[in-house]
Amino acid sequence: MSLLRRQAWVVGLLVLLAALFVFTRIIQPDYGADGFGSLVRAALPFAFAVAAQTVVVIAGGIDLSIASMMALTSVTAATLMDGAGEPFGIVAVAAVLLLGLVLGAVNGILVVVSRVPDIVVTLAMLFVWQGAALLVRDAPGGAASEWLKELIVGTLAVPGVPATITDWVPKALILLVVMLAVVWIPLTRSRLGLSIYAIGSSSLAAFRSGVGVARTRIIAYSIAGLFASMGGLVLTMSTGQGAPIPGPYLLASVAAVVLGGVALTGGKGGLLGPIIAVFVLRLVRSDLTFLAVDPNVTTIVEGTIMVIVVMLGALLAMRSRQS
Amino acid sequence: MTDVAERAASPGLGRRIRRVFSDRPVIPLLILLAILMVALEILRPGIVNERWIANTVKFAIPLAILAGCQTLTMLTGGIDLSVGTVATLAAFVVSTQGMDGGLAWALLLSVVPAILIGLANGIGVGVFRVHPLIMTLGTSLIGVGFLQVYQRTVIATGTKVPDPIAWIGTGLSGGIPNSLIVFVPVAAFILFLQNRMGFGRLLYAVGDNERAARLSGVIYWKVILALYVLSGVLAWIAGLVFIGLIKAPSLSLVEPRVLPAVAAAVIGGTSIFGGRGGYTGTIVGAVILTVLTTLLTVLQMPEGARQMLFGLIVLAVTAAYIRITADS
Repeated sequence: MSLLRRQAWVVGLLVLLAALFVFTRIIQPDYGADGFGSLVRAALPFAFAVAAQTVVVIAGGIDLSIASMMALTSVTAATLMDGAGEPFGIVAVAAVLLLGLVLGAVNGILVVVSRVPDIVVTLAMLFVWQGAALLVRDAPGGAASEWLKELIVGTLAVPGVPATITDWVPKALILLVVMLAVVWIPLTRSRLGLSIYAIGSSSLAAFRSGVGVARTRIIAYSIAGLFASMGGLVLTMSTGQGAPIPGPYLLASVAAVVLGGVALTGGKGGLLGPIIAVFVLRLVRSDLTFLAVDPNVTTIVEGTIMVIVVMLGALLAMRSRQS
Repeated sequence: MTDVAERAASPGLGRRIRRVFSDRPVIPLLILLAILMVALEILRPGIVNERWIANTVKFAIPLAILAGCQTLTMLTGGIDLSVGTVATLAAFVVSTQGMDGGLAWALLLSVVPAILIGLANGIGVGVFRVHPLIMTLGTSLIGVGFLQVYQRTVIATGTKVPDPIAWIGTGLSGGIPNSLIVFVPVAAFILFLQNRMGFGRLLYAVGDNERAARLSGVIYWKVILALYVLSGVLAWIAGLVFIGLIKAPSLSLVEPRVLPAVAAAVIGGTSIFGGRGGYTGTIVGAVILTVLTTLLTVLQMPEGARQMLFGLIVLAVTAAYIRITADS
């Protein structure tokens, strides 16, 4: 019961997502595995941006620089792989992931050392990383290794499993799940994960129970940087190049975090909710396209839905606090 | 003997300087501004003249008005990121509807979206208790959608910035920018509101301790609703000054200035957590950022390096400021 209660938000989101799939099927009867595949591919960079935001928000902070870090890691990846051989791709990937970790650590260290509020530090770093991305490459360009691009295209054929099932498991989804799980599962099982939740709910209480608050905060930002670099890599993989201008991931990441049941005050929520929320938001967008809504009007509808959702979410949170 | 006396005096002097700085936070900011101007003069001798000052003031004014929105909302622990969209909406409407000479009509029409977005923000933050950052980003997204739809009308009909607006935005009278006609009353109003009016005191009260304010009979949602509508109207004014200055409406007219406006308020000493700060510092902050942009342009650095330096300087100034004004 308590598990269901704790996961009630995630279950609700899953029901919402399922209802949306049914709705999509009704308005677009031939929506199938292909449509799902492109949905996942479109959602990939958003999913990583949201994962990055989630970790920081759980730790009681906020990171406005995620989109800039994605731009910087994306151009770095595209520039490293430009003209290099196929096997070098693996070195480039490792270097870019390390870069993300370092960028995040710098954010975290500055938050701790400067004593300036997170939101201001990451606002300033937004300019710094964006500027660095422009220095690496002042126009979109570069290249990506072919095998990397292949990683998110199509589906994985598993011998012995009928194609009707594997068709519904695009490689992009496998990549997303594996990349997130590799970081997130060990984290939540460890003392460190608990510390991140602890400093998010009350840094004073955490400090008094012997948690290294400064260290934990820096690590939380580093993990966010790591997720952001995965987002940057995915951008390079899907477009085959790197663009120095940050994408629209700031609002999307914050909205999905809230819709995913993570309290902006910190210490509450998980990674599953925000990731499902990303899919809900992306699916709404493609539904609007299927309904032949003008793409510009789509932005209005999408914004309105996001605003209504966060309002309802806030209302529910208020009710539960009062009762 | 003198050695001992000196050692005793020096920390006393340091503490006295600190006290002056924390009592009058504008003083270190003015010193920083002077340093920047001296640096600019050294790098490019003769650049700091009457024309340059007028130009700096012209560009600082819309930024300072936008930063006014941030200052007021930040006093309550909020933030208003929708100001860029509101200002751009105002600029679009005025430059398309003001063509037939109906300036009054265009102004009236362009203030409507500002008030609507302000109302939506106020209801979201005040009644539903949505985090201001998200609420204003959300309404901003909706506004951008409307802008994109409206842009087709703009392309179809063409735009013309009404002459009075252009006169205010770009004109000089005897070397003094005309936009001061708008800015001086706006700034005076914000300062009067924050220091002398009950509403201003309520903003500080709500931001400092919301619970205490509620228990003293403050009706939270009314304060917040009025605040965000006011912020929308200020952004509308900023948009009009901007379009008079830039004269070419585009989707990215004001958006790149929103985060610098937040930075101006933060540099000016307004706490993002609410309850502390004021508009005087913000005005100096906006001028500092404008001078800083000129300085970075004069250095002829690539755009990327300029943005990096901008971010680092904003961070350094804020960190130094927090240390100087900290209660020791």
